[in-house]
Amino acid sequence: MNIHEYQAKTILARHGVPVPRGEVAFDAAAAREIAQRVGGHGQVVVKAQIHAGGRGKGGGVKLAHSPDEAETIAHDMLGMTLVTHQTGPEGRVVGRVLVEEGVHVARELYVSLLLDRTAGKPVLMASAAGGMDIEEVAATTPQKIVRVQIQPGVGLMPFEARQIGFAIGLDGPQVDKFVPLAAALYKAFIESDASMVEINPLIVTQASDLLALDAKMNFDDNALYRHADIRDLRDLAEEDQLEIEASRFSLNYIHLDGNIGCMVNGAGLAMATMDIIKLSGGEPANFLDVGGGANADQIRNAFKILMSDRNVKAVLINIFGGILRCDVLAHGVIAAVRELGVPVPIVIRMEGTNVDEGKRLLRESRMNFTTADSMDEAAKKVVQLAA
Amino acid sequence: MAVLIDKSTRLIVQGMGKEGTFHARQAAAYNTNVVGGVKPGKGGTTVEGFPIFNTVQHAVTETGANASVIFVPPAFAADAIMEAADAGLPLVVCITEGIPTLDMMRAVTFLKEHPQTRLIGPNCPGVISPGKAKAGIIPGNICKEGRIGIVSRSGTLTYEAIHQLTRLGMGQSTCIGIGGDPLIGTSHIDALALFAADPETDAVVMIGEIGGTDEEDAADWIKTNFRKPVVGFIAGQTAPPGRRMGHAGAIIAGGKGTAAEKMAALAKAGVNVIRSPADIGHAMKEVQPKPA
Repeated sequence: MNIHEYQAKTILARHGVPVPRGEVAFDAAAAREIAQRVGGHGQVVVKAQIHAGGRGKGGGVKLAHSPDEAETIAHDMLGMTLVTHQTGPEGRVVGRVLVEEGVHVARELYVSLLLDRTAGKPVLMASAAGGMDIEEVAATTPQKIVRVQIQPGVGLMPFEARQIGFAIGLDGPQVDKFVPLAAALYKAFIESDASMVEINPLIVTQASDLLALDAKMNFDDNALYRHADIRDLRDLAEEDQLEIEASRFSLNYIHLDGNIGCMVNGAGLAMATMDIIKLSGGEPANFLDVGGGANADQIRNAFKILMSDRNVKAVLINIFGGILRCDVLAHGVIAAVRELGVPVPIVIRMEGTNVDEGKRLLRESRMNFTTADSMDEAAKKVVQLAA
Repeated sequence: MAVLIDKSTRLIVQGMGKEGTFHARQAAAYNTNVVGGVKPGKGGTTVEGFPIFNTVQHAVTETGANASVIFVPPAFAADAIMEAADAGLPLVVCITEGIPTLDMMRAVTFLKEHPQTRLIGPNCPGVISPGKAKAGIIPGNICKEGRIGIVSRSGTLTYEAIHQLTRLGMGQSTCIGIGGDPLIGTSHIDALALFAADPETDAVVMIGEIGGTDEEDAADWIKTNFRKPVVGFIAGQTAPPGRRMGHAGAIIAGGKGTAAEKMAALAKAGVNVIRSPADIGHAMKEVQPKPA
């Protein structure tokens, strides 16, 4: 799960990471008040809050020299569609802005914490090349990124933070500030079951203080059950409407751009089904895993989601019946199509437990299903029907 | 010979709820020696004829169990893994999906102090040695006894691979679902090493997914260590970056973990990499050594 910058900063600040003074505004009048409060009559920064990076270049971060100007900027920014390299061409509508005190930047650094999957440990990464796209730094100048693996049972030790701090060019007094900052970052990461915490940039101010000028946090969906406070930060406006609907049915659904709706059991097989559609010259409209224990209800729900996507011109059902029996699946599909009146061609490929019985049911339903015996055949047929 | 499980396996089931009990029965029906189940507070009772124990420790003492399969709910599954390791079980197969990553980080750290225990999974379909035994949820009826090993991060896609092989007359020595989570007990390399040492495995199907670097690491390892033919497939060639594709571990993050990278690395290591998941069986037919 993703959250907004201002929410991440609130969590980090609570754990002791220094952040600029600022507050979120949902309308222009509030932006003005906040500007007055945090900036006095000095400069403030108005930052569009969307779940995507690259906001500065897209016009989503602006400097205001007075509360009046902050209000004007917020007025223009709220409701605008912000397009960045991470939003895709459709962009995101800005629904809230963060109004923050202006700070005098001497240096921009990068620091993040995430899981090293191979090592099975958190890794603290930092770079003197802050403020830039860290993926680009990693690709072009990987030597500029320093990292330390943290022993899970021990936690981040001060010497490790010192090593990192000196390696990114901080001086002694600054490292003294960096050590508690890194410890706070680690604590926030562990205590909130984060999958990633990133501060980019972490700035050194002209007064030689450290401040998290931007912040990003992602959380482990599997651990949200024990973090009600974080679950509350979910912003539905940032999510695809069909995906929200699918999540209500506990369906694993991701909305894509193509016109072939897919319904598959199992995440790996669902990805492989998308792959073979593409190889056959088509474009999948979605990723949809109905799960191993799918029943008739789930299949009906899945059809509802697929049919809500106006781009879908044909549906491919690819089910490998293990625990989910093919006859149960066939019953579910027939009932769902009868009830919902699915207006597009449906190609069904099923295999596994009770497959013959399943196929017989489909045949005898006298409904307009196209069946296929292999993934290959199914993909070719559905691509043809969608064209 | 097969790897990990066979006729000598004495299996216990941790988490004898509805799902655990169902699969205990399925495993027993496949002639796996299921010696009992663990359900804290229900020790001394039986469930469908399986003796129940309060702790794994007790189950091991009483039954001589040497393997466990875990169906415990996600919030308690990491604890169950550690309990099994603490009881000294050499093989622990965790089927549970949805375990918090930091819980698994603790379990993986704990396992480093219990090197006698091999963990398979979590978030996996388990292990089957066709004709011998199974621990997990892979349907026995699609398998055929034979000499091809399968290692896979996926569940139903593994069934698809098994099915394609069986249909073309190629049986399997052992099929290992290693799981789709970011932190897993047994990597592709670990599984390949088992198959390398197994005289009854002639060739291997390796199924990977986007996310992480397990397949790249395996490619490096294969280049210098693995002499048997390998057919490889990577799911998620068309997956958009930054989106978690069902499995917690299947995500292209920070530009890393793409299918293209993995396929290139495997091809460079001499693996017969196929683009279409429909070609697994046929590709294996081509590379499989002819029986002597």
